[in-house]
Amino acid sequence: MTDILYPILGGLCIGLSASIYLLATGKIMGISGLLSQALFGPPGMNTKWLPLIFLVGTVVGGASYGVLTHQTVPFPDPRSPLLLITSGLLVGYGTRLGSGCTSGHGVCGISRGSIRSLTATAIFMVTAILTVMITK
Amino acid sequence: MMILITLFCGILFGVGLALSQMTNPAVVLGFLDIFGNWNPSLIFVMGSAIVVGVISYAIKNGRQAPWLAKNWSVPTHTHIDAKLVIGSALFGIGWGLSGYCPGPGLTALVNNPQEGFYFIGAVIIGSGIFYIQNKRLAKA
Repeated sequence: MTDILYPILGGLCIGLSASIYLLATGKIMGISGLLSQALFGPPGMNTKWLPLIFLVGTVVGGASYGVLTHQTVPFPDPRSPLLLITSGLLVGYGTRLGSGCTSGHGVCGISRGSIRSLTATAIFMVTAILTVMITK
Repeated sequence: MMILITLFCGILFGVGLALSQMTNPAVVLGFLDIFGNWNPSLIFVMGSAIVVGVISYAIKNGRQAPWLAKNWSVPTHTHIDAKLVIGSALFGIGWGLSGYCPGPGLTALVNNPQEGFYFIGAVIIGSGIFYIQNKRLAKA
């Protein structure tokens, strides 16, 4: 039971965060979009600083890992920089070209029944699964 | 008020990633490994997040404007173009290589800094390449 309790609790937090953000600001909560607004958005409180404040909150909240959870799977030992850099470049470029990532398309987009987000989520799930199958 | 709500949402999102162990790339890779030793737990993360999300869109649809802004800024286009397909495919490959998508990558800056800095550094460069390319296209 506890092996699905934590994922469900985690999902509720993620869903609540996206919902409060939507109902308060009127915007979609997508991490790749917020990151790019914080970095490359036009200057201004709403366009640059608010996205950055959200992301700082995410890092702080994410640091509670291990404090809040009974960790069941150990972290991987640091892997090759080349793998991480290749992965990061593809994630950075791909999420901008495709207008979203796991949060914006996968959670928010599917919640509002967006056909673009359903398509995007199906595609990135398939290519991610194939990549794991090939590289493992 | 806007700052407090934004910060609260950010922290809540990070706590959600932590509780569900999405902050750990080993768990994410186990979830993506459906032909191997599959760990399906992350289905429940997405499932419960979407249930809450569906309720919020029902509330949104009954309201004229958000609490703290003048208008809703939710995308309305439905056209599936090559950019969406190719971009999502590339993102999936990157996600499958390391087990990090953008949110968990950010939390790795604290949880596993050695990995986080390489990954997030490259995400910033990748988004920057798109930004520059897009600017050039807009000018041309």
